[in-house]
Amino acid sequence: MRKLANRFYMGLVFLFLYIPIFVLIANSFNASKSRTVWTGFTFDWYRKLFHNETILKSLLNTLIIALIASVLATLLGTLAAIGIYNMKKFTRNLVINITYLPIINPEIVTGVSLMLLFVALKIELGYVTLILAHVTFCVPYVILNVLPKLRQMDNNLYEAALDLGCTPPMAFRKVVIPEIMPGIMTGFLMSITYSIDDFVISYFTHGATSQTLPITIFSMTRRKVSPEVNALSALLFVAILVIMIIMNVSEMRKLPSDQRRRAAKAEKKGGRA
Amino acid sequence: MTKLRSRLAAGPYMAWMIIFMIVPLLLIAVFAFTTTAPFDRDGNRLEEEEAALIMEEELAEWEENEVPLEERESAVVEKTVFTVQNILEVNKYMPTMLNSIWMALVATVICLVIAYPLAFMISRMHFVSQKMMLMLVMLPMWMNFLLRTYAWMTLLERNGLINRFFGLFGMGPFEMINTQGAVILGMIYNYLPFMILPLYSVMTKIDNTTIEAAQDLGASRLSVMLRVVVPLSVPGITSGITAVFIPSVSTGIISRMLGGGTNMLIGDLIDLQFLGNAYNPNLGSAISLVLMVFILLCMSITNAFDEDKEGGMLL
Repeated sequence: MRKLANRFYMGLVFLFLYIPIFVLIANSFNASKSRTVWTGFTFDWYRKLFHNETILKSLLNTLIIALIASVLATLLGTLAAIGIYNMKKFTRNLVINITYLPIINPEIVTGVSLMLLFVALKIELGYVTLILAHVTFCVPYVILNVLPKLRQMDNNLYEAALDLGCTPPMAFRKVVIPEIMPGIMTGFLMSITYSIDDFVISYFTHGATSQTLPITIFSMTRRKVSPEVNALSALLFVAILVIMIIMNVSEMRKLPSDQRRRAAKAEKKGGRA
Repeated sequence: MTKLRSRLAAGPYMAWMIIFMIVPLLLIAVFAFTTTAPFDRDGNRLEEEEAALIMEEELAEWEENEVPLEERESAVVEKTVFTVQNILEVNKYMPTMLNSIWMALVATVICLVIAYPLAFMISRMHFVSQKMMLMLVMLPMWMNFLLRTYAWMTLLERNGLINRFFGLFGMGPFEMINTQGAVILGMIYNYLPFMILPLYSVMTKIDNTTIEAAQDLGASRLSVMLRVVVPLSVPGITSGITAVFIPSVSTGIISRMLGGGTNMLIGDLIDLQFLGNAYNPNLGSAISLVLMVFILLCMSITNAFDEDKEGGMLL
């Protein structure tokens, strides 16, 4: 009985989370422009979406900016993490606290402050400012992902490599980099995600021709009826779903099978609580 | 030697941090405490009316003598001066700010109430199901929040799906979009996963044997919850609250999409001063500064509750 009530509650919450998305997807196949009357099945909105220059161009902008900004942020952040790791305690804490600032600060404040900076420096708002802004809010995620990996690393490994005849750069490349690679990758992936998804900061730092996808979506939702947005949402949802499933499956595979079994057993034992 | 050299690796980032993180925030502070005022060429401050009069006369004179544009040199120059006027003016927007804080608080509390049982249920599930459920929680979060909010526009409209549903039973139509409730709903919908995830990550560390021990010692289901689970999940609660409250209190877009401009929030105010009709970056900076200080204060309060500093990390 209690289990049933639990199931029901979870079902309700997930219904709340998913109904809006399913309505969007259903509407993307609706022949009618009205969002509430179903008049027939159509692929028209998808066809229109792929012929919509503005959307395609902003999609390209988004991807290019995300890629450049994430690569820059990953390089800058990884180097920074190594430097910070070797700093004296006081400076290290100071730098880490400042690094947290863009994460804690409301996005709108970061956006506005960067806009003030670009205007003061007389840099024309456009691709350059977007990339600078995106690197700025992505770097902290790289640093905060790489730092723990450096802390977990056994320092003796690096020294052992030196003793065995590695030059410092070589030891760095062969020992340190592989050790912190998972952190670098997570930081890079987080940067790409945040960069693609960002609206608020881009909104304050973009120029007239450098619209990113979220900005285009925003201007489309201003014009009440735009069924192409539905089609776009549906495509993005499916893309995200596929990525998530692949990530989860590969993560499951990575767990050695006996560990999985042990975890399952432990679960079962305690599952009655 | 190597230690010193590796410290230099942070050099480029330090420069970046100063230029793109510290200087912009200083600029906000500078803008918040300054304004432009007219001065004459000798450096004496002029009254606004006085300056306007001089400029009018100048213009008439230039027009009369057909002075070319590049030779026109005004006797009035704009200079930046220190002022607390902007900060004082923020007071005028106090109702909007309090409204924002109130709505964000309501959204945060509702998120906590919805998320707490859910996170606990997920944390007691089978290992593989836990992963599945987490994926289901995170999936909507990966969609752009504009699209998620847009979805609610469709549902809440006057002749939207929810009203049509009520219509089947002869009820409504209800006025749902462009209300305060719609904005709060938008906040809850967008930020609910931010509450579920930190709660879950703390609760999953609570061992079942701890709960069983409490039960064996005669605790009722309620007192197991109140005296074992809740105290152990405090770090998750505090980080969940900050993760929902901060974006809720500073959002401007949700209110614009679901509130129809009737429910201004702090975010809308700032936006208006920088990119909107009310263009006044000085006032906008003052509001931003107040918002920033407010949020840092909130953070330090929740941090004080949080004994275990690394508990329930979301970021």
